[in-house]
Amino acid sequence: MTVPSNAQRLWMFEQMLVSRYLEESIERIYMEGKTPVFNMANGPIPGEMHLSNGQEPCAVGVCAHLNAEDIVTATHRPHHIAVAKGVHLNEMVAEIFGKKTGLSGGRGGHMHLFDARVNFSCSGIIAEGMGPAVGAALSRQLQGKPGVAVAFIGEGAANQGAFHETLNLAALWKLPVVFVIEDNAWGISVAKQASTAIERNYLRAAAYGMPGVFVPGNDAEAIFAAASDAIERARAGGGPSLIEIETSRLAGHFMGDGEQYRPAGEKEALQAKDPIPAYRQRLLELGVLDERAAEAIAARARGRVEEAVLFARESPYPAPEEALDCVFV
Amino acid sequence: MSSPVKQRKLTVARAMAEAVAQEMRLDPRVFVMGEDIGPLGGVFGNTRGLHEEFGGARVRDTPISETAFIGAAVGAASDGMRPIVELMFVDFFGVCMDAIYNLMAKNTYFSGGKVRVPMVLMASTGAGYSDAGQHSQCLYATFAHLPGMKVVVPSNAYDAKGLMTAAIRDDNPVIFLFHKALQGMGWLGTEKGATVAVPEEPYCLEIGKAKTVREGSDVSIVSLGVGVHHALRAAQQLEKDGVSAEVIDLRSLVPLDREHVIASVRKTGRLIVVDEDYHSFGVSGEIIASVVEHDIGMLKARPQRVAFPDIPIPFTPVMEQWALPNAEKIVAAYQQMHEEQSR
Ligand SMILES: Cc1ncc(C[n+]2csc(CCOP(=O)(O)OP(=O)(O)O)c2C)c(N)n1
Ligand SMILES: [Mg+2]
Repeated sequence: MTVPSNAQRLWMFEQMLVSRYLEESIERIYMEGKTPVFNMANGPIPGEMHLSNGQEPCAVGVCAHLNAEDIVTATHRPHHIAVAKGVHLNEMVAEIFGKKTGLSGGRGGHMHLFDARVNFSCSGIIAEGMGPAVGAALSRQLQGKPGVAVAFIGEGAANQGAFHETLNLAALWKLPVVFVIEDNAWGISVAKQASTAIERNYLRAAAYGMPGVFVPGNDAEAIFAAASDAIERARAGGGPSLIEIETSRLAGHFMGDGEQYRPAGEKEALQAKDPIPAYRQRLLELGVLDERAAEAIAARARGRVEEAVLFARESPYPAPEEALDCVFV
Repeated sequence: MSSPVKQRKLTVARAMAEAVAQEMRLDPRVFVMGEDIGPLGGVFGNTRGLHEEFGGARVRDTPISETAFIGAAVGAASDGMRPIVELMFVDFFGVCMDAIYNLMAKNTYFSGGKVRVPMVLMASTGAGYSDAGQHSQCLYATFAHLPGMKVVVPSNAYDAKGLMTAAIRDDNPVIFLFHKALQGMGWLGTEKGATVAVPEEPYCLEIGKAKTVREGSDVSIVSLGVGVHHALRAAQQLEKDGVSAEVIDLRSLVPLDREHVIASVRKTGRLIVVDEDYHSFGVSGEIIASVVEHDIGMLKARPQRVAFPDIPIPFTPVMEQWALPNAEKIVAAYQQMHEEQSR
């Protein structure tokens, strides 16, 4: 099992904190203008908002192995992955606010974040990122260029046709691509066991002749190890793999979700296993961190988020007519 | 002590759920499938209470597998059941359109009329709350363009119940498109005029009949769904300027009540079409063509359309609101006609 270096450990810890602080800020700001009457259209961050609290280990454990040239496609729940892939934070937050300085000048919003500088994109249709990830891997293979593609999906997406078609295609053509399932046990209000005929999705890899592994415990280092194997294999021309990660959705499906469908006590139990304090404790025990260093990292992470939020708040909105630009290049 | 008889008002969501529940009580062949339509009652509330009353066998949460469950609905419908399926957002049709337009819409024809496909596909439409370009489209024309399926678009709860009941009883496939801004979900904000009095007993509205929702003599404003409410507001504004606007709610795109529109334009001589779907190749073009084709001489002025520009729907509210149809744009369209005429 590949163990991360101490530098990688600290990097993972810090990125998880940036992501969590970001979600906590968004959660607060999202509610501005939405009380006492909650109307999704109102406030500085309107529209749907899918937070990634609890899923940070998936993002950092995988992205620790990636460079800017590697490709990542993400989902409707993209923030933790974007942070770990190195998407420009100020511009990302500005995009979420719909500002002119945002990644897409406000045209995309939180489900459509594009940062070509680090080969990151995401989209709001389930399993939709899988085809483009396979295609980017094909492009690298055809061009003889280095780089692997990673498609992140939720466990709900494993029941979508695109999942099965892309796994077969990637295996058939031995493409440098890794499929990562973030299994948070829920697709909106539908529990995984009510939507999925088998217990574990990693088993589906066998149907397409590729290695599949299951990583329990929402543990950044175990994910790091599994991703190391898969990404090394892809880089070496060994073809695709599937990684299924047991993770947890600590928030609702989206902001405003009443979550009545959750069994009593589930949320509290998940909170008690929050992966970020757990990883902090582990690093303290390993002697990689002491309290002072941990505080310094937390302060830096918080500072990055605060700066990004300030940048977004102070940025101007685009002119309305800019809506007509960018349909074609 | 006598209290005045209170008319019961329902939201569109509740009216839809009531129609489905009443048909399920009457007809054991009716069942519902879709994502989060079970215990949650639908993301947009239109299946609330159904799972509780009818149980998981007839009100089935599905995996996120639209190709499978919509294709399955076609098979079940052809085999004697009357499925109602939900595509959560109409924008998601991309992953399952084959089952819709190559099977659901064509099997009756391919079989020489021997196979019936009595199913309802309901889907939410519409923008206005910054849900961006994959969760905000209307796509009315996309469905209406393809032969073999009826398409209805209610603008209020009364029509929603009557059209839903008619859709379930229809032996043909019906696409039922409900606009999110009319739905009555707290978190979305709702057009007030959509929540109206709805009779308790089951009733059908004939699919394919438009309705004049406001009489007028100077201009016909033709619309559907949320656009009807914009049109009514515009008509009120125009009235202040001494202009008498007639407002027509199409209610159904397939079949399209061309006669109703033509009769109105014959009277007013002016036509504005309001559509939240994209400007080109859509409802607005079809309505104008139908009138012009019938008798170009009826028109006293160039027809106008107020529709969504031919761009993906932008996220940021400043762009999105700027691009959406509204009452002011309709009034401006009338003024444009008026100016051109008096030149
Ligand atoms: C094709 C398609 N169908 C349905 C939806 C609506 N939808 C958005 S998120 C979601 C649940 C996704 O569950 P999962 O893949 O497990 O991701 P999670 O939300 O748990 O991160 C659904 C059904 C969609 N966006 N695209
Ligand atoms: Mg999930």
